[in-house]
Amino acid sequence: MKVSLFITCLSDALFPPVGEAMVRLLARYGVTLEFPAVQTCCGQPAFNSGYWNEARETASTILAAFEDCDFVISPSGSCTSMIHHYPKLFENDPVMLGKAIKLQQKSYEFTQFLVQVLGVTDVGAKFPHKVTYHPSCHGSRLLGVKEEPLLLMEQVKGMELVPLPFANDCCGFGGTFAVKMSDISGAMVTEKTDHVLETEAEVLVGLDMACLMNIAGNLRYRNKPVRVMHLAELLYEGVKGA
Amino acid sequence: MSGAAPAGGNTVKERADLALNNDFLRKAVRFTTERLRTGKEKAAEDHGNWDEWRERGRQIRLHTIAHLDYYLNLFANNARANGVHVHFAETAAEAVRISLDIAKHVEARSVVKSKSMVTEELHLNTALESIGVEAIETDLGEYIIQLAGETPSHIIIPAIHKNRYQIAELLSVDAGETLAPDTQILAGFVRRKLREKFLEADIGMTGCNFAIAETGSMVLFENEGNARMVTTVPKTQITLMGMERIIPSFADLEVMATLLPRSATGQKLTVYMSGISGPRRSADADGPEEMHIIIVDNGRSLQLGDPEFQELLNCIRCGACLNACPVYRHIGGHAYGGTYSGPIGAVLTPALKKNVAEWDDIANASSLCGACYEACPVKIPLHEMLVYLRRRKLEAGRGDKLEALGMKGFAKVMRSSKRFKAVLKLGQLGQKLVVRDGGISLKVGPLKGWNTYRVAPSLAGQSFREKWPTMEQEIRNGLKEMDPALKSRMEAIVRDRENGGGGKGGHGHHG
Repeated sequence: MKVSLFITCLSDALFPPVGEAMVRLLARYGVTLEFPAVQTCCGQPAFNSGYWNEARETASTILAAFEDCDFVISPSGSCTSMIHHYPKLFENDPVMLGKAIKLQQKSYEFTQFLVQVLGVTDVGAKFPHKVTYHPSCHGSRLLGVKEEPLLLMEQVKGMELVPLPFANDCCGFGGTFAVKMSDISGAMVTEKTDHVLETEAEVLVGLDMACLMNIAGNLRYRNKPVRVMHLAELLYEGVKGA
Repeated sequence: MSGAAPAGGNTVKERADLALNNDFLRKAVRFTTERLRTGKEKAAEDHGNWDEWRERGRQIRLHTIAHLDYYLNLFANNARANGVHVHFAETAAEAVRISLDIAKHVEARSVVKSKSMVTEELHLNTALESIGVEAIETDLGEYIIQLAGETPSHIIIPAIHKNRYQIAELLSVDAGETLAPDTQILAGFVRRKLREKFLEADIGMTGCNFAIAETGSMVLFENEGNARMVTTVPKTQITLMGMERIIPSFADLEVMATLLPRSATGQKLTVYMSGISGPRRSADADGPEEMHIIIVDNGRSLQLGDPEFQELLNCIRCGACLNACPVYRHIGGHAYGGTYSGPIGAVLTPALKKNVAEWDDIANASSLCGACYEACPVKIPLHEMLVYLRRRKLEAGRGDKLEALGMKGFAKVMRSSKRFKAVLKLGQLGQKLVVRDGGISLKVGPLKGWNTYRVAPSLAGQSFREKWPTMEQEIRNGLKEMDPALKSRMEAIVRDRENGGGGKGGHGHHG
């Protein structure tokens, strides 16, 4: 049984502890992740901006990296949902299309894999903090990852999960949107962090580092000491401390 | 009046900045969209089988649009048999000409209108005024917008960007006396004023929510009763409808009557739903003596046969995507610069024009969060269409040259993991000049927009791929055996997938 890690370029370059937490957490279930080093980026920045040729070039590294494994898991609902666009992206290339469909069928976002494949909801973590959760748009709306993170969080001992007002509203990241339409994006992220601060949570947790980087960046800009974590990091820290 | 240019600014960005600096507008839009959105969510939940009905609604719309020629003919034939004059207008100019000809023919001096986005699209009020015909909007929100000399900033709540104090000011000028900013008082004034207008009007002009092919009837949904007045008092009725407003039968209307009000305002039913099948018959107590229906194309048929955009014609104009949209929430409708605003407007405006030159950067004003798609009662994938628009703009050679270079560079790095690794290494070294406490606050180049609202993170000292060899070694050394039950569970999933089951995970809306 070969399970491969799709780290995503963002976590690879900026947030390696997220990947490490996933790797070490899954090792506890006897799952040895493989890391095919030919992978780079899913191509979403190019795809969403309309540069589909460039997206195809980049996506090819992902298709090549995961051709011969049984499961692909990723710490990002957004990058996983990008894989769901591959059949459209390669619709005129029968060979690549076949690979794209296969990859789509075996790709899982981290919490999907834990809950749906491993059947795990209680990882045995303890995390005595007040936490709020931001469900990222692509993961929750496009991949349908809604219940999985909640099931996992409910089982964390000592953790107080406070609902985030308007949780489902986009944080304003949107890839190149944050640069091209920076003022609209800025208004959106400021409203998001207002809501985070309303909860008085010590920790904001989520499933997508792009969104979390956006929210954390604004929190830091505003000098607000809320700790921002990927759920994998929270669970792994909770397991170590338990 | 309805032809007035959108408030300030030549680009979405400029217009959005105006809106972002307008606290009245932002508060008013936020207040009402929140109310409507919450109402819609509650109505969908109370309904119980919302997603099944959405799917049913989608299928009805898909079917109708796939056979639009057939249903349009059926509708036109049945309406004509009912005594309606049916006209087809290929362009906006033609629709305006037909309307003006009718107005001249009946020697009209005034027209009362119930809410119609299609007449906004045609700038019909301005055209009527140009031949000396007074056009009066009778929907309260439209009336306010007309007084202000503005265009609607929301498909169903035209004056959503105004608060009641601003509205009281406008109506006070109209009344010639100071009216208190009280909804009852303000609505009461407009009601009295419009009553006279209804009685003197020569023509009643309406839009059309649904046109029923099997009977040739047109159906109007409204809450104020003004459309009832418009369609019963004046001697002549002109209905303007987009060519895609058709549904096959009254049985299909049941589905639409369930989806539309719930999606629009959270109402279980609209207050008035009028089905009108023709001019006044001898036994009728009221109704127009002459009735015209003008079926408007104006770019709609260009979507037919286009696999990426045909579903746009499924739209039932409920405005739910506007209320759900986090961008609309901050910038309001005028920033979109067209008749239709919000996510549907961002796609519909350029699609109807099929004019790349005028596409502006409207499709970029979205974070692609998919809230529009989730809210849509007929499941139009607007978030995907926005991406198609961006791609088509590039294909037409109208992309930003600098961005194109950047994307080429991006692909060049990312198509090889060796190059990616080398660039990471370079970045790790280079950033030492700008990183403070693990963050970058510098406001230059592409970082400027980002760092105006945030501190950018720095690259990790060691990337994941650099850490991996050590990590992998540690894990392999201490690895525990996989539970046999877990192993067989995973094997079953793989088997199921290979047998065509597709696998359980990884299946979202795109799957």
